[in-house]
Amino acid sequence: MIYLRLFLTFLKIGAVSFGGGYGMISLIREEVLSHGWLTEEQLLRFIAVSESTPGPIAVNMATFIGSSQAGFFGALVATFGVVLPSFIVILLIAALLKKVMKYAGVQAALNGIRPVITGLILGTALILLLSAVANIQTMHDPVLWDWKAGVIFAILAVSAAAYSKFRKKPFSPILLLLLSGVMGILFYLNCLFTEALP
Amino acid sequence: MESGMKKLFNLFFIMLKIGLFTFGGGYAMIALLENEFVSKRRWMQTDEFSDMVAIAESTPGPIAINAATYIGYQQNGVLGSAAATIGVCIPSFVIIFLISLFFDAFQQIRWVAAAFKGIQIGVVVLILSAGLKMLRQMRKTIYNIVCVGLTVVCLVLCSLFAVNFSSVFYILIGAVIGIGVYSVKRLSERRKTEAKK
Repeated sequence: MIYLRLFLTFLKIGAVSFGGGYGMISLIREEVLSHGWLTEEQLLRFIAVSESTPGPIAVNMATFIGSSQAGFFGALVATFGVVLPSFIVILLIAALLKKVMKYAGVQAALNGIRPVITGLILGTALILLLSAVANIQTMHDPVLWDWKAGVIFAILAVSAAAYSKFRKKPFSPILLLLLSGVMGILFYLNCLFTEALP
Repeated sequence: MESGMKKLFNLFFIMLKIGLFTFGGGYAMIALLENEFVSKRRWMQTDEFSDMVAIAESTPGPIAINAATYIGYQQNGVLGSAAATIGVCIPSFVIIFLISLFFDAFQQIRWVAAAFKGIQIGVVVLILSAGLKMLRQMRKTIYNIVCVGLTVVCLVLCSLFAVNFSSVFYILIGAVIGIGVYSVKRLSERRKTEAKK
């Protein structure tokens, strides 16, 4: 039952995604890969789409995967699933437990979770970087360096760092994605042309 | 009753508008919400609003959804929270649903495929810089540094050796350790005060 699986998977993602934005990126990656809903490459492409359209990534991801797996109703149940935990938790807090966030135990748990989220985001970035630049997903894969990917990464990382240093504000994600798209065309277009397409 | 319905519609359309313009994640949306509900309409006080932000940030789920649910409830009860949450979700739902219909065909275009090869790297840089930003803002206690380091190492090793260990467990372990550290601290403080007596 694909609807139920979509609903439950995104319910889980909604329930444990702390930290906003990329807080749930490691869990989303695990879930979509293990269900075979997206490949790692497709996941990265979709994150780019999600960054350039309005709305939270978790909601965008739920809509997209629901739709690609089971059409309109798939999109609906997956989105409903990812929103439901926040909705219930916030409703409980707003209606009954205004003070709950101030309890020392809750704060202690959140203090424990915060660095873990930071670690999960950084770790996922490293995993994705290894897979983009060296084509390694597990130890058993042979290392296949993609020097073009490496050069693009270096240019982007240096320009993002320089921009935030001199302009005192972060590089806008859309600008970064545009720049990386242009470099993708410059670096990869002719090799795609020479490759025989089916 | 009629003014209740009117407020519900108002809430729905404000959130629809905000949902349409929140590029760049939850924090961009906080600014829009503040402008709309505190500065312009004065439906909320500043300190009430910052309480809301703290709650939205520290509960699970996207900040946009949490904030919409909270403000909706404050303004108009359970119905208000439903109207606000549905309103904030509809723009992304519609846009992404339309994109999902054409995405595969779109990717078949050669120069789009080439652009996406570069964009994939751009996304990695975005995720990395989000992580680094959180790292910079984190209080550099020994506990926090060890925790970040261990999580990164475990996550990368599990992935390299194809070990299945869900991120859910990391979060749960983090919560348990956080409570554990707090209890130990309190216990030792209590001992100290008892020893003084």
